[in-house]
Amino acid sequence: MHPKRKKRLILILFLVAGVGTAVGLMMYSLSQNINLFMTPTQMANGEVPVGRTVRAGGLVVAGSVERSDQGLGATFRVTDGAAEVTISYDGILPDLFREGQGIVALGQMSADGVFIASEVLAKHDENYMPPEVKDALEKAHTEGKQALESARY
Amino acid sequence: MTEWYGMVPEFGQLALIFALLVSVLQVVIPLLGVRNSQDWLMAYARPLASAQAVFLLISLAILTYCFVVDDFSVAYVAKNSNTALPTPFKVSAVWGAHEGSLLLWVTLLGCWGLAVSLFSRSLPLDMVARVLSIMGMVSVGFILFTLETSNPFERSLPSVPSEGADLNPLLQDFGLIVHPPTLYMGYVGLSVAFAFALAALMGGRLDAAWARWSRPWTTAAWIFLTVGIALGSWWAYYELGWGGWWFWDPVENASLMPWLVATALLHSLAVTEKRGLFKSWTVLLAIFAFSLSLLGTFLVRSGVLTSVHAFASDPERGIFILALLGICVGGSLLLYALKAPTVASVGRYEWVSRESFMLLNNLLLVVAAFAILLGTLYPLVIDFFGMGKISVGASWFNTMFVPLSVLLALIIGPGALSRWKADELKRIGGQTVAAAIISLLLAFAVPLLHGGDMNWQVFLGIAVALWLITVTLTDVWKKCRGQLSRIPSLGLSFQGMVLAHIGVAITIIGVAMVANYSEEKAARMAPGDIETLGAYQFEFVQAGHIEGPNFVSDAARFRVTKDGKEISLLTPEKRRYNARGQIMTEAAIDVSLFRDVYISMGEPLDNGAWGMRLQVKPFMRWVWLGAIFMSLGGALAMADKRYRRRKTLQEANA
Repeated sequence: MHPKRKKRLILILFLVAGVGTAVGLMMYSLSQNINLFMTPTQMANGEVPVGRTVRAGGLVVAGSVERSDQGLGATFRVTDGAAEVTISYDGILPDLFREGQGIVALGQMSADGVFIASEVLAKHDENYMPPEVKDALEKAHTEGKQALESARY
Repeated sequence: MTEWYGMVPEFGQLALIFALLVSVLQVVIPLLGVRNSQDWLMAYARPLASAQAVFLLISLAILTYCFVVDDFSVAYVAKNSNTALPTPFKVSAVWGAHEGSLLLWVTLLGCWGLAVSLFSRSLPLDMVARVLSIMGMVSVGFILFTLETSNPFERSLPSVPSEGADLNPLLQDFGLIVHPPTLYMGYVGLSVAFAFALAALMGGRLDAAWARWSRPWTTAAWIFLTVGIALGSWWAYYELGWGGWWFWDPVENASLMPWLVATALLHSLAVTEKRGLFKSWTVLLAIFAFSLSLLGTFLVRSGVLTSVHAFASDPERGIFILALLGICVGGSLLLYALKAPTVASVGRYEWVSRESFMLLNNLLLVVAAFAILLGTLYPLVIDFFGMGKISVGASWFNTMFVPLSVLLALIIGPGALSRWKADELKRIGGQTVAAAIISLLLAFAVPLLHGGDMNWQVFLGIAVALWLITVTLTDVWKKCRGQLSRIPSLGLSFQGMVLAHIGVAITIIGVAMVANYSEEKAARMAPGDIETLGAYQFEFVQAGHIEGPNFVSDAARFRVTKDGKEISLLTPEKRRYNARGQIMTEAAIDVSLFRDVYISMGEPLDNGAWGMRLQVKPFMRWVWLGAIFMSLGGALAMADKRYRRRKTLQEANA
């Protein structure tokens, strides 16, 4: 083979092998690093394994927000219209957090059925409904749709 | 409304329509000229590009005027402004939401076209005609998109609201005045590199001259992109109220991907200019860079991804942009497939050579961009196939990006001091052994001195950053043969490169330090309370009340002391904006080169207490300081006189 061609061939093989390995590794680690979104219904049905980090969300139930007397702890319930789940968060809630607002929290389910959030996500825009929450509300059918309508601006 | 000035918004729309018509002509006429070798037709490219820019500027100016005079009959103004909004924010509100930012996008595109038509005297006429015609195509697509789906001049007649809904308070900030235009300049500027690449492909003249023309334009776009990303990070840091400066958010990723590919393109163009190699690869990078910036626009504007940047949005717009993206990527790749096989790169190089280093650099940058693309689009794909709503955690992006950056930082220095065609590892090793020893020793010392114990992440970060700096300085030392007075004669290109590479190292140091040594505490505090964080004491002195032009706020006065000495008085605020009732956190930051002290107010608790977020972030400024170095480096490289040499030659001949 022409030395120049040979060099090019080696280069191409090297590239293909490198890219292949890289993509494989990336896809593998990606599948290990995703955070599934769970609706309140799924959580109430016990579909969330205890100790696995997932994202959970829904509308914050009016009158459900309770703050502890000491420190920063707060608990509140979120709903998709069909089921409710309690979320506990020890930290500063985002500015746009309020009752009736759609929120998404990152955290883990505890053994006693309370979702322990490590992060409650804030959005730029008060009219913004996280797509997951919207989806969850629509999935929970009629009641959820009513909740969605009344939550609309 | 009978008076002419009641019609002002319609003039804006009319100007936009004229811009569309002109850009259609800009596509067709110069290309016809090229096809039939008619110089007089090709010569229309420059005036048409200028006319397009003028019409777009008029349109943008009219929208700005509508904002300044509070013309709430324009729906977009009513939705995003308010009489109480301070005038500078009225101006920046122009690009505060979708319609206006799109108008800004196309206007900047027009301005790049204008710039090309002004600063292309040294270019052959057919090249100018092709370049401007391609830029015209992009304009047609996006002006059409603006007029069709997102007309900023739409009226809400006859029921004109008496007051506007106000600009989103998050956006009422200096950062928003400058961040979007800068970032857009970068995004849109990549269209010039794209147009040059396609024009060269069409004309079959992928040569050193093409690379030389394309380089300053690519560098210019890259500078804007660099500054724009840094501004965005800085803005998020002080405005979102929790001190994060990079979130691996889809929208941030959308700006980082084109930046990485544009960085690869800069280096690949250097090889093409100097050695006539990597030609088709360079073209491909130019196509990718611009496609990724279109993808960024799509991601931001369609709202398909959950993001801190996601605004309530319209899916139809997403489909339109996706179609534009498809046409642009599909069309340019088709042209590439047809024309690239005819391009032959001449010249050879050995395994150890600057070409190889550049290849490795390109490989690492493109793989990094690809990894980010994968992580950003993966949730979309999963969702599309109905497999659930997922998100990819920041830890995944860090696992991908950090090792690639470390490898890249390791090869930058040796790459820059290696020789074209062929070099010897022995020579490179000999020149860098001192640098290696110095950087390893210092990297051991930094975590021990700063943190008290060994932190291998900090060690790695500092080691590669110092290695980069010491090797680069060794190179400077050798090139000026030990006499610093010779530095000015090394050429602006070289100096720019040195500055930009040192900028990379500065950012790495900042990231390594702030990611590992930041201290944070969320505490319940009432006036009189003192909290300690690291070496700093935070005393909540008193609570107060501030009245702003369009907001009221609760404020807290803090005295920050270190070793009993007062460092500063800080006043974080919790604002409530009157028009929307939206609550905003205004963090108070004491800035210095080696650490930031950051206080933001959380929520009010009972008995006058507040949730307070206290942070000490070492070397925070370095993250952005590095970006400043990189962009200054880019500016120096652009100013190199060889990009203007042909012009002076021509003038001498004339």
